[in-house]
Amino acid sequence: MSQDFRLDNIGMVNRNKKISFTFNGKKYFGYEGDTIASALIANGVHLVGRSFKYHRPRGFFGVGVDEPYAILQLERNNERDPNIRATEQEIFEGLEVKSVNCWPSVNFDIGAINNFLKMFFPAGFYYKTFMWPPSFWYKIYEPFIRMAAGFGEASIKHDKERYEHKYEYCDLLITGSGPSGLASAYAAAKNGARVILAEDKPRYGGSLLTSDVNIGNQTGAEWSEKIITELKSMSNVIVKNRSQVFGYYDHNMLVMSERISDHLPKTQKYLPKQRLWYIRAKEVLISSGSIERPLVFGNNDTPGVMLSSAAKEYIKVYGVLVGKKPLIFTNNDSGYETAIEFKKNGVNPLILDTRKEPSSDIITEAKNLGIEIKYSYVVVAAKGYKKVKSADIAKISDNKKDLSNIENIECDCICVSGFWTPSIHLASQSGNKSEFNEKIDAFIPKKSKQKENTIGSANGKFTLEETINEAFNKGYEVSNKITENNNKVSVPTVVEKKSTEHDKFWCVPLPKGKSYKRFLDFQNDVAVTDIELALREGFRSIEHVKRYTTLGMATDQGKTSNLNGLQLVSDIENKVVPQVGHTTFRPPYTPVSIGAIVGREVGKHSKPTRKSPMHEWHEKNNAVFVDAGVWLRPRYYKQGNETLFEASKREAKNVRKNVGVCDVTTLGKIDVKGPDAAEFLNRVYTNAWLKLPVGKARYGVMLREDGIVMDDGTTTRISDNHYHMTTTTAQAANVLSHLEYYLQLVWPELNVNVVSTTEQWAGAAIAGPNSRALLMKLFPNTDVSNEALPFMGYKEADLFGIPAKIYRISFSGELAYEVNVESDYGNFMWEKIIEVGKEFQIQAYGTEALSTLRIEMGHVAGSELDGRTIPHDASLEGLVSKKKDFIGKRSLSRSAFIKPDREKIVGVVPLDKTTSIPEGSYIVKDPKAKLPNPKLGHVSASCWSVEYDNPFSLAIIKDGKNMIGQKLFAMSPLKNKTIPVEIVSSHYVDPEGKRVRA
Amino acid sequence: MLYIFCPHCGSRSQNEFAYGGDATVKRPELNKEISDQEWNNFVYLRKSPRGKHLELWHHISGCRQWIKVERDTSTHEIFKTYKADELTE
Ligand SMILES: [Zn+2]
Repeated sequence: MSQDFRLDNIGMVNRNKKISFTFNGKKYFGYEGDTIASALIANGVHLVGRSFKYHRPRGFFGVGVDEPYAILQLERNNERDPNIRATEQEIFEGLEVKSVNCWPSVNFDIGAINNFLKMFFPAGFYYKTFMWPPSFWYKIYEPFIRMAAGFGEASIKHDKERYEHKYEYCDLLITGSGPSGLASAYAAAKNGARVILAEDKPRYGGSLLTSDVNIGNQTGAEWSEKIITELKSMSNVIVKNRSQVFGYYDHNMLVMSERISDHLPKTQKYLPKQRLWYIRAKEVLISSGSIERPLVFGNNDTPGVMLSSAAKEYIKVYGVLVGKKPLIFTNNDSGYETAIEFKKNGVNPLILDTRKEPSSDIITEAKNLGIEIKYSYVVVAAKGYKKVKSADIAKISDNKKDLSNIENIECDCICVSGFWTPSIHLASQSGNKSEFNEKIDAFIPKKSKQKENTIGSANGKFTLEETINEAFNKGYEVSNKITENNNKVSVPTVVEKKSTEHDKFWCVPLPKGKSYKRFLDFQNDVAVTDIELALREGFRSIEHVKRYTTLGMATDQGKTSNLNGLQLVSDIENKVVPQVGHTTFRPPYTPVSIGAIVGREVGKHSKPTRKSPMHEWHEKNNAVFVDAGVWLRPRYYKQGNETLFEASKREAKNVRKNVGVCDVTTLGKIDVKGPDAAEFLNRVYTNAWLKLPVGKARYGVMLREDGIVMDDGTTTRISDNHYHMTTTTAQAANVLSHLEYYLQLVWPELNVNVVSTTEQWAGAAIAGPNSRALLMKLFPNTDVSNEALPFMGYKEADLFGIPAKIYRISFSGELAYEVNVESDYGNFMWEKIIEVGKEFQIQAYGTEALSTLRIEMGHVAGSELDGRTIPHDASLEGLVSKKKDFIGKRSLSRSAFIKPDREKIVGVVPLDKTTSIPEGSYIVKDPKAKLPNPKLGHVSASCWSVEYDNPFSLAIIKDGKNMIGQKLFAMSPLKNKTIPVEIVSSHYVDPEGKRVRA
Repeated sequence: MLYIFCPHCGSRSQNEFAYGGDATVKRPELNKEISDQEWNNFVYLRKSPRGKHLELWHHISGCRQWIKVERDTSTHEIFKTYKADELTE
C-alpha cells in the first residue's frame, strides 16, 4: 500500500530511509523516525483494535503517552511484547505488530456482539452479571471474559533481553523538554547546577516542534535545537530522550525508565534494552506539559475522531494527514492552529466552534486563510462504523441545552479540542495537593510537598511568554539555592499569536429520540450513561465512582478522561468540580515493563550464589547441589545411577560404619571478643557460660525476648577474651544483628565486639567411628586422644604446614570433629582429608545424609526450631538455666509456656516399618474423626533410619512425653495418606550419647 | 525510598538499612522481678503513632551501627538522626 496520506515537504522523519514493517501480517512502509501510528495513518490505516468492553472499533486518538486506544502487541527479535502504544513505538525494519482484544480479526470481531448487548454491560457489570450462580465463575464466566478481554499476551518464554538499573544523584531533575523544561534546564545549567533533563519522546522540544512561535528571532524548533545542543555539550548536564520519569517517591527519589533499544531491530551489544534510573534529586522541576481534553458527543470513539493537537503533530512532525476532509470541533483557539496547518498543506478544514463570537489573532488568521468557520456549532454524532464517514452537526442554543438545524456533512476525521489539562501526575505523586483553577477548568499543583515545583503548561501557564519567563526564573532560583553562583542568563524575547478565552462547554446534549453512546473514558469504555447509572445507584465519592465504572483506571490512568468524568459528576450532583475532588494519581504515570523493574535481578542474580572453597571438588565428584539460603551445598554425591534416596543412605551408613566428611563451611561464624565476652554470652544464651574454660566448646541455645528459640550452635573459648561462635546457616545474619542490637543499644557498658567470620573459615566435619584414626594421620604431631581432646574439646594444630583448628563437636551423633582452616586453604584441607581418609573408607556426605544422621539421633534443626517452639518443646529445657537471667527468660514463665500438655518433640515410627511419613503430616488419634480432625501435632522431619533400616520421623505433639508408646495415625491430606504409627523417643539411636564421647 | 542520614556514614538510601522498630522501648533490667503485664508490654505492645516517631534503623549494608531516627510516620519527613548512645531531645 502506498503512503497516500504522506505530505512531501513537511515533517521531521528521515525521507532517505524507507522502513518496512508488518501490521496484522500485512506489509507497510514508513520512514525512519515514524511511530507505528504515524506510519499506519500515512498508509490510510485507522482501524487498529477493539475496545475493552463493547469491542467497538478503535483507531488513534492521541500522538504520545495520551493514547488510550492504540495498544498493540509487538514481536521483536523473537520476543513478544504486549501493551505497546502505537503512538510511542518507533518503527524499525522488520517490526511486526498486531492488534489485541479482537478475535478472530480486527475487521471481523465476534466480541462486537457485546456492542449490541450493551444493555447487559452497564457500569459495574462484572459485579452484577457474573455473580450468580457462584459455581459458574471458574468454569464459565472467567474463561469467557479472559478470552474476550485484555490488552495482549505476555510472553511465557524467558526474556533474554538485558535490563539495567542505575542510581544517579543530581541537583535538579527536570521532567520534560518542552519550552519550560528547556528554558529552566538552560538557566540552571548555566548557573552551575548538575542537571538531568528527561524527555519521554525521541525528539526534544515538546510543543515548540508544532507551534507557530518565535523565540529570540528563531522558530520554536530552531531554538529548542540550539538549546539542546548546548546542554548536551555541558559536563554538568545529562540529557536523556525516550526516557519517562514515571514515579515520584519519598525524599525526592524519582524513577525514570529509559527505552534504549526498543526502537532498534535488535539490542546493541553491551547495551541494555531498557534502563531504570533511580534519581535522587535535590530539587525537581516538573515540566510535563498538558494534554488536550476531548469534547464529548455521540459515537465520539469512532476511528477518525482524535485530539486536534495530535492531528497537528502528525502533520508537523511526521508529515502525515489524519484525513483529507477534516472537521475541527473546538471550544477554544487551539483547534484553529490545527485547522491552519491543514490549510497550509492544501487541505480544506471546516471549524465548528462552540463559542458564539470569539475573536483573537489566531481566529483572524484562520479567517484570512479562507477557512470555513461555524460558530455556536457542535458535532452531535460521528457516523461510520470502522472509520468516520460523516458527522451530524447542529447549531446549539446560547444556554447550550437545545440543538437545532441538525444536518449531516461529509468528513473523514473529526479533530476535537476541549481545552487543556495540565499533567499534574508527578506533583500529585509527590504529595502535592492540587487546587482547581476556574480559569482553565482544571487542577494545578498547589503547595509543594517535597522539593518540587511545577512549571509551564503543567502549571496552567498556557502562553509561551509566561512559560518562558517562569521557567528561566525558576531554573535560576532553584539552582542558585544549591550553587549560589548568581549567574543569571537573559531571557529571550517571545513572539506568539494571542488567543482568547475558551468555552466551558464540553458535553453535547443528545438530540431528541437518539441514544448515542457518548464516551468519557476511551480505554475502559466508560460512557456518560455509566456515570449517570453509578450516581443513580448511590455511589457518591469519586473514588467509588471510579472503581465502580472503571473510569480513569488501567494503563491510561485517565489522562484524557479524568476531568470530563469529574465535570459530569459535578454537573449531575449540582456541585462544582473542586467539591467533587479528583482521584489520587499513583505511579507509574505510564506502563513500565516488568523487565525494567526487575533489572539484573533475574535467575541467579536475584540472590548472589555463595560457594564454599571446596565447591569445585564437589562438582568434580558429581555432587548434586541444593540451595541453603544463598549458599549452594552438596545434597548428595551421585555414584552411577543412584537416586537421592540410595545415595544418601549409602553416605549416612558409611558415617555410622566408617568415616565421612561433610562441607560445613556455610555455618555462620562470629568472633566474640572483649573482656566482657563471657558475661555477654551468659546473657545471650539460655545456659551458663561464665565457667567455660579456655579450649572448650559448649552447645548453646539463644531465644528471642518472646521466649521462642532463635538459634542454636556451639561456641568455643579460644582464649580468655576470645570466643568463636557458630550459628545455623540460615540464621547467621540475623544472629549478628541481634548481638549488635544488644551490644550497641541495651548493654553498651559491656566491652565486647562481634564480627562475622563466616567467610574467613572453611570447615569440614569428619564423623564416624574411624574419625579419630583419620585425625591421628592428619595431625601426626598433635595428641588427639580422648584424654587430650575430649568431647567438646578444642585444639589448634598443624595440617601439613597449614594452621588448623580442631573442634570436637558432633551433629551426626557419631564420634566427630570439625576442622577449620583459613578459607584459602579449604580445598587443600579437603583434598588431604579425602586422600588420607582412603584407607579408612572415607566418603564425602551431603546435606541429605547429614539430615538422616541428625534426625535419627533426635538432634533438632530448623524444621523443629521453626519460630514457634520454646526450649521445652524441642527437649532443650535442660539447657535453660534457673539461676541466671538471659534474653527471653521472663517469657518462659508465661502461662501458655508452662502448660502441662505443652507440645514436645517425639519420634514416630510407622507400624509397618516400611511406609515413609510425609513431612508436615498431622498426628491424630482417630483418622476417621469429623473434619477438622483435632490434631495433636505435626511431623517436622522424616528420614530413612540407616541404623534400623526403617522409616523414622520427628514430630512435635501435644503432651509428647506422655504419648510415648501410643499407637496413633499420621495423616497427610496433601499426599492422601493415613499411616498407623507408634510414638517413640526422639533419641532413636544411641540415646545415652555414648558414641560422641567414645 | 527514604534517604537516611547515618551519623557515622552520611546520607544513604533506605535499602542499606533494616528497620528496627520503636526506639523508646526500654528493656527491663536483668534479674528484676516484674509482672506478666509489664513484661508483655515490653515484648508485644508498641504504639503506632501518626506523626513523630523515634525509631531504630540498623545500617546493615554500611557501618553496621544501630541508629535512632526521628521520622514522621505519615509524611516520612526525617527530622533528626542520632547515634545509638546519643541522647535524644
Ligand atoms: Zn552508617
